[in-house]
Amino acid sequence: MLELSAVNSFYGKAHVLNDLSFTVARGQVVALLGRNGAGKTTTMKSIMQLVVPRSGKVTFQGHDITGSAPHKVAKLGLGYVPEERRIFTDLTVLENLEVGRQPPREGSYAWTTEMLFDLFPNLAERRGNRGKALSGGEQQMLTIARTLMGNPSFVLLDEPSEGIAPVIVEQMARVIIQLKQEGLTVLLSEQNLHFARAVADMAVIIEGGTQKFTGTLDELNAHPEIRDAYLSV
Amino acid sequence: MGLFIAQLLTGLANAGALFMVASGLSLIFGVTRIVNFAHGSFYMLGAYIGYTLMQVLPGAVGFWGAILLAGIAVGVIGMLVEILVLRPIYRAPELFQLVATFGVILVVQDLALMVWGPDDLLGPRAPGLRGVVRIMGEPIPKYDIALLVITPFVALALWYLITKTRVGILVRAATQDREMVGALGVNQAWLFTGVFALGCALAGLGGALQLPKGGADLLMDFNILTAVFVVVVIGGMGSLPGAYLAAVIISVLNVFGVTYLPQSTLVLMFVVMVLVLMVRPYGLFGREEVAGEHGQVGEPERPIKPAGLQVRLLVAAGVAALAALPLFGSNFTQVLATDILIFCLFAASLHFLLGLGGMVSFGHAAYFGGGAYVAALLVTHADTPMELAFLLAPIGAGMAAIIIGWICLRLTGVYFAMLTLAFAQLLWSLVFQWGEVTGGDDGLLSIWPAPWLSGTTAYYYFALVLSVGGILFLRHVAHSPFGYALRAARDSERQAEATGIDTRRVRMFAFAFAGMMAGLAGGLFVFSKGSIFPNELEITRSFDALIVVFLGGVKTLSGGIVGGAFFKGVEDMLTRYEYWRLAMGLLIIFVVIVAPDGIVGTLRKLAERAGLLRRAEDET
Ligand SMILES: Nc1ncnc2c1ncn2[C@@H]1O[C@H](COP(=O)(O)OP(=O)(O)O)[C@@H](O)[C@H]1O
Ligand SMILES: [Mg+2]
Repeated sequence: MLELSAVNSFYGKAHVLNDLSFTVARGQVVALLGRNGAGKTTTMKSIMQLVVPRSGKVTFQGHDITGSAPHKVAKLGLGYVPEERRIFTDLTVLENLEVGRQPPREGSYAWTTEMLFDLFPNLAERRGNRGKALSGGEQQMLTIARTLMGNPSFVLLDEPSEGIAPVIVEQMARVIIQLKQEGLTVLLSEQNLHFARAVADMAVIIEGGTQKFTGTLDELNAHPEIRDAYLSV
Repeated sequence: MGLFIAQLLTGLANAGALFMVASGLSLIFGVTRIVNFAHGSFYMLGAYIGYTLMQVLPGAVGFWGAILLAGIAVGVIGMLVEILVLRPIYRAPELFQLVATFGVILVVQDLALMVWGPDDLLGPRAPGLRGVVRIMGEPIPKYDIALLVITPFVALALWYLITKTRVGILVRAATQDREMVGALGVNQAWLFTGVFALGCALAGLGGALQLPKGGADLLMDFNILTAVFVVVVIGGMGSLPGAYLAAVIISVLNVFGVTYLPQSTLVLMFVVMVLVLMVRPYGLFGREEVAGEHGQVGEPERPIKPAGLQVRLLVAAGVAALAALPLFGSNFTQVLATDILIFCLFAASLHFLLGLGGMVSFGHAAYFGGGAYVAALLVTHADTPMELAFLLAPIGAGMAAIIIGWICLRLTGVYFAMLTLAFAQLLWSLVFQWGEVTGGDDGLLSIWPAPWLSGTTAYYYFALVLSVGGILFLRHVAHSPFGYALRAARDSERQAEATGIDTRRVRMFAFAFAGMMAGLAGGLFVFSKGSIFPNELEITRSFDALIVVFLGGVKTLSGGIVGGAFFKGVEDMLTRYEYWRLAMGLLIIFVVIVAPDGIVGTLRKLAERAGLLRRAEDET
């Protein structure tokens, strides 16, 4: 469904992604793993074309999206959930969801705010509150809900468990599994295996912008030395 | 009491047009981050187009229809400007777009002159609203009452649009984080275009609405621009309620000012602005600006290195050529060259502040004109010898810069820029309105250099030595430890503080130093012309310097100089023609679009591509 081939991305002169190549098949949850500064966020942005790869190709559902405007990428059904909960703090929960709203595509899910409030009950009570009044966990849920309002078929989740209370992380894991069961494809980035282990089928490990491992979670579990070398605990 | 109420009502009526124009500017800035200098031009276009439509359309329906249509027409023009001029340069460094909007000002000025002629147009009276009503015995024009009623409705409609509709939600979201809005599937380009068109339509509407009160003339673009900047800054950039409140405050203040302090109406406005910003740095309803939070990160700066041998030789050759100029150049050429040299020094001083210090001053003319006025006042009122008066020009300007810098440097970004503009305008209005001392609009005359400098050639050499010396000195300071500290403070305040740099102090010194060098240029200027007028302190003079620095290239030290020479040279060539503003404006827009790195930056990139120059990365 999504394919990166030999993607190289830069910030000015800094070469941050080095020949990244992997694929994500429909219905899979793939974990993109690596330490802080490994290049996970840059990979996500390179898929969304918020950072345009200097060479290489990103294909989504057969379309070459390299160099497209981010809003066009989103319109194709790629949903981006940024790290650090970039919600619109001056807008209410409902207004945040409204920004994310896009008409459903053929075959895609058609989310409504009420369905999302069922998925994230905490948000339901706070629908009229401004973003800045929410707790960290609520803000993280809102970023996910906001992206789902665009009815994506594929979601990029950048470090969803970072800086969030364990109870909420568990809730988040349940949501992701539920979404997967409903046919959503997910690429998820994390610094460690805790959260990924619960939800992912495959893992891609990067370090310094270079791919170090690609395979199933079982394969990864069979090689603890890889985990120790490239991931934080 | 009756008079008081009447004045209050007049003030409130005047606030209408001001609010519409200001809210447009505020909206545009909020979403696109563009400080639209051309906003006054759209206001002027609204007035002119409204005037023409009122001639054609009959009766009351025609009158109000004309106002509405003028707003729409200006909105469409704004849309075209956004698509043709601004859209190609959204990725350029922040604030670069304002150069393009300045080009638009020039183009609109000449187009208005072509179409409507040079004479002021008297606005038609509103049908059915010709007379006055008496409130507590005081006459109030009926049209004022109408404006009083209309404005809240416009404000309400705008408020509804922004708070209740999807478009409004997107606008507010984009004001906060436009990259994220794009990643969620919203086409930002059209959002920007729409907001720009809406903002311009509001300006046009304001222009047409005030026709029966003020008519239409070719100066109204700059006249409203200053007031609008003041309103937007007092209210808080991006805040509609703030714009409304501030428009009311300023308008009411103006009406009372005219009655009780007729000599200081202009000064009053800026005093209020300075006071508000000192208490509330981001305006009454503004939000703190955090640099870079809008996802607009430019290309990393290339390190500015001391000149290599090649460049040194080139500079030496250039100076030698300038020194030889009187041998074969005519008197006229020398006068022009003197102008250019002075202007280059002025521009270089702003470049120092802007390029090295990251401080965008919209009011740098305050120190240029300030220095000139210090010298001129000393000569006029104290018979000071030229040499001493000349020496005191940079010192006086530097002292003004210390005071103004001390207040302005509590702010950053666009608020800093606006506050520096306010101070420059404050100084201008002081000079303009304090006629007994400054000569007001008539300026100060007979400010001639000492006998030993009175020849054109002698003064040319004087200007050459001091301008080139000043520019080299600016360069030298840029490469001193102080210059490095200044750049460190620009690039990362926190890191600079961590390495023990007192960033505020460093900025303070830089601001005072740049002011001093501008004052030196001002001193050179006043004795080369023999006179000084308030327009050397005007907003246009500040803008000239800004344009030149941006056009030349912010990131290269030579930017200010090359830009200055280019600008003055072209200006000299073009001003011989009737519609030179049009040509100049189009040229500026053209340069901005084809050379978003500035002239020097683009030349260097081209040279690098052609292999003439080594790339910066090879050298490190
Ligand atoms: N905007 C940027 N400009 C320059 N360098 C950046 C920028 N963002 C990230 N980097 C650098 O790119 C590398 C990868 O960063 P990132 O993709 O954010 O890593 P991760 O998400 O895995 O923590 C890091 O070395 C980081 O310092
Ligand atoms: Mg990251």
